[in-house]
Amino acid sequence: MESKKHLQVSALENGTVIDHIPQGVVQKVLKILGLEDCTEPIYLGANLESKKMGRKGIIKVANRYFANEEINKIALIAPTATIIEIRNYEIIKKQKVSIPDEIVNILKCPNPKCITNYEKVATHFYVIEKEDIKLRCHYCEKIIKKDNLIYL
Amino acid sequence: MRKKSLVSINDFSKEEILEILALAKKIEKNPNGPLLKDVVVGVLFFEPSTRTRLSFEAAIQRLGGKVIGFSDASSSSIQKGESLKDTILTVAQYADLIVMRHPIEGSARFASEISPVPIINAGDGANQHPTQCLLDLYTILQTQNTLDNLHISFVGDLKYGRTVHSLVIAMTMFNTTFHLVSPVELKLPSAVKIHIKEKQLPYYQYTDLQEVIPISDIIYMTRIQAERFSDPMEYEKVKNSYRLTASMLTNTKPNLKILHPLPRVNEIDTDVDNMPQAYYFQQVKNGMYVRQALMCYILGINM
Repeated sequence: MESKKHLQVSALENGTVIDHIPQGVVQKVLKILGLEDCTEPIYLGANLESKKMGRKGIIKVANRYFANEEINKIALIAPTATIIEIRNYEIIKKQKVSIPDEIVNILKCPNPKCITNYEKVATHFYVIEKEDIKLRCHYCEKIIKKDNLIYL
Repeated sequence: MRKKSLVSINDFSKEEILEILALAKKIEKNPNGPLLKDVVVGVLFFEPSTRTRLSFEAAIQRLGGKVIGFSDASSSSIQKGESLKDTILTVAQYADLIVMRHPIEGSARFASEISPVPIINAGDGANQHPTQCLLDLYTILQTQNTLDNLHISFVGDLKYGRTVHSLVIAMTMFNTTFHLVSPVELKLPSAVKIHIKEKQLPYYQYTDLQEVIPISDIIYMTRIQAERFSDPMEYEKVKNSYRLTASMLTNTKPNLKILHPLPRVNEIDTDVDNMPQAYYFQQVKNGMYVRQALMCYILGINM
């Protein structure tokens, strides 16, 4: 078991592995983390078998590490994600993502009468419930439930 | 000079709200004077609201201030496609303070973030209308000599009534007992009720207006609009059951006052107007005092 895990991530000498990404959102995770413009090698996996999740996605980014507030941006779309930091082929740190208190410029406000859908302004939401996700728009103050999340 | 905008009533603490209400009480004694003498206020109404605009303009002019602006977007460069940002930044070069009404929700918050001068939100779509809330608080304080421990009944459209939502949330700061009277279809939304629950305050829900009349210190009436009902038959059923008439006001507390954000249609019969409990026109006048006080407060003008 240990050796298998080691093998799975050992392709990276240094960098970050984002594992247990829910099926179908790998591209969105890349976008949210701004990795579309990253010049370091990136390995993507999708439709991989997972005992826990059935199917999962994985992203390996060489020579990049993420601050907590940066990586937590993906917690809404990939709440199951595990973040593994690798240095010299060794796992240095492994942690789950956690949902941040504020979400800036990741979601679109679903209220068609919200100013963010008219003026050029970064969207901004406060997370008011983390269990059963509920957000409040900083601008129109509408409460947004999990089913209504739209990514930019 | 303090630079603080008022976008949502929640932007101000209980202490700040009480300070503004205390200023309004001073102004009420002397509503004319030079307090805003060298002040130019941008009054920008991107949608018409004559009632609110007149209240602000009267408030400014009675204190010697000057008004620039427009009363609906068709007479401004919005017609030419100018962004809200550019309109605000332009007017902010001329004015010391901007009062704005806009149909888009969150527009006032956005304006307050980009504007170099303070913004007062005079209504942003279905979202906030904080000066209405302040004048409601002032009127309650004025008629009851306190804001604490009152029994307040809200009647009519509690689901879409923006003024009701703001006032309910504001009153949770004052240990209020809430009596909520509405058709089932128009009950207070849980997003508002949660504020009452958080403070563990008592609230009771009714469908019959008659029940709350003897126990209320304040009855806050609102208009029920036909278009709020998915089924027109439902509207026909309820439209007359949330209507206050003089004959219903026989057994009330001596301090009861009837408030209404206006305009009213028929939910308060005109025969109530001359009853001692009727207070909705004084409430309108209070709107002017409160707006005068608010502008002085925001501009840091001492009395």
